[in-house]
Amino acid sequence: MTAWINTLLQGVMLGGLYALFAAGLSLMFGIMRLVNLAHGDFIVLSAFVILALSVALGLDPFLATLLAAPVLFFIGYALQHYLLNRTLGRDILPPLLVTFGLSIIIQNGLLEAFSADSQRLKAGAIETASISIGGGLAVGTMQLLTFASAIGVILALNFLFYRTELGRAFRATSDDPEIAQLMGIDNRHIFSLATAIAMVVIAVCALYLGMRANFDPTIGPARLLYAFEAVIIGGLGSLWGTLAGGIVIGVAQAIGAKIDPEWQILAGHLAFLAVLVLRPRGLFPRAGQ
Amino acid sequence: MTLLETRGLTAFYGDFQALYGIDLRLEEGETLAIIGANGAGKSTFLETVAGLLPAAPQSVLLDGKQIGGLPAAEIVRLGISLVPEGRRLFPSLSVEENLLIGAYGRDQAGYWSLPRIYELFPALAARRHVPSQTLSGGEQQMAAIGRALMAKPRVLLCDEISLGLAPIVIRNIYAALPRIKASGASVILVEQDIVQALEVSDRVYCFQEGRMSLTGRPADLGREQIHTAYFGA
Repeated sequence: MTAWINTLLQGVMLGGLYALFAAGLSLMFGIMRLVNLAHGDFIVLSAFVILALSVALGLDPFLATLLAAPVLFFIGYALQHYLLNRTLGRDILPPLLVTFGLSIIIQNGLLEAFSADSQRLKAGAIETASISIGGGLAVGTMQLLTFASAIGVILALNFLFYRTELGRAFRATSDDPEIAQLMGIDNRHIFSLATAIAMVVIAVCALYLGMRANFDPTIGPARLLYAFEAVIIGGLGSLWGTLAGGIVIGVAQAIGAKIDPEWQILAGHLAFLAVLVLRPRGLFPRAGQ
Repeated sequence: MTLLETRGLTAFYGDFQALYGIDLRLEEGETLAIIGANGAGKSTFLETVAGLLPAAPQSVLLDGKQIGGLPAAEIVRLGISLVPEGRRLFPSLSVEENLLIGAYGRDQAGYWSLPRIYELFPALAARRHVPSQTLSGGEQQMAAIGRALMAKPRVLLCDEISLGLAPIVIRNIYAALPRIKASGASVILVEQDIVQALEVSDRVYCFQEGRMSLTGRPADLGREQIHTAYFGA
């Protein structure tokens, strides 16, 4: 019994990481209807930026992320401003093609710069620390921190969306970009800010990805897949739904791995397919969409 | 004094020409009505002035300055606000958020504020926190007008504000017009309802197939004259 509770618990914690993968993707899709196929590669790119800063300056990965976040914010803004805004329009194909191309460019650029070696963000003792929660159960400090960060990111994004003037502009532009202009909103600036903020979320995500497991320039597309699954299970446009989606995948993977380690990845995908069959619009679809 | 003027304004949807050289003047404090059959180009005219469709710089003048073809987000900052056809409230925003976003990113002084909008349309005050989609058609129209007023416009463009509403609701909405004018806004109304248009306007323009077919003061225009201008000879 304890073993099963432990499995569930680990799955939920893992779901936090998947929710972090998905939050940035969900943000960009929600505001601009832009499907960013390079999302996973942005996560890996950010992990390398954090790695480079932490090695060059001898910093702890957490501090390196604090430095990387503003850099990535501006990269995100510039990327949207100079490139992705030009792809948006009635036709949904150009953004797909351009971000697919970006994905390949980022992977090869990282291979050139950092080689194909596996890397890791070294966080020291915290990596192996754990907290006992009684009943013979324990959670890894890192796992708990990841989950708490996912909740923190979602709370912060919800605050931004529902309690600030910028958030109102995000929602209005998402609802009706034509009428939003009549309010004095510069859609292109709003979109660039959205991508900039998504890149900061990606930085947080990259920090945990890099501390928990090895990464190399080619692992981006698989992270994209988990992100898509979490967003779709949760229901498009709902950030809490995205966390739920992440948890569904995480728990399914944990249970799969408990039955047979070879089943871990497959179990997550099967859970996704099951949700798609039973609730095609996701667990928490946004009203009116 | 002339506040807004168009000179030979043309508009296109792709290859299709919707306006063929419209000359129109709006004097400070005036209320104009634009009437005409479906497809005459009335809405297109308002959308072009508001910056949603491209225009030549010299074809739209505000205070004598060329503003044709500026982005819509800049034109609203210059004081021209559009109440779009079909209300077009933002569905994921509450009523109050819809009003607030009318003044997005600006904090300029002026008559209109949330309390004054609620005073103008008391029906909205009670429903300020509900999603905008749950409002009745009349309330949605009030919210759309309120949203445009929050921009503190000098020129308010209203596109078919009576469309699909019951006569009593239309009367309620038009009852707000004197207050709106008293706040210093000049108004251009696009109206299907000719009687309503003639009643509230200082001057009327009639459009027919993208051209101006008649203009004058309501008292000077005969029924027959309007009929011909509306439907063609």
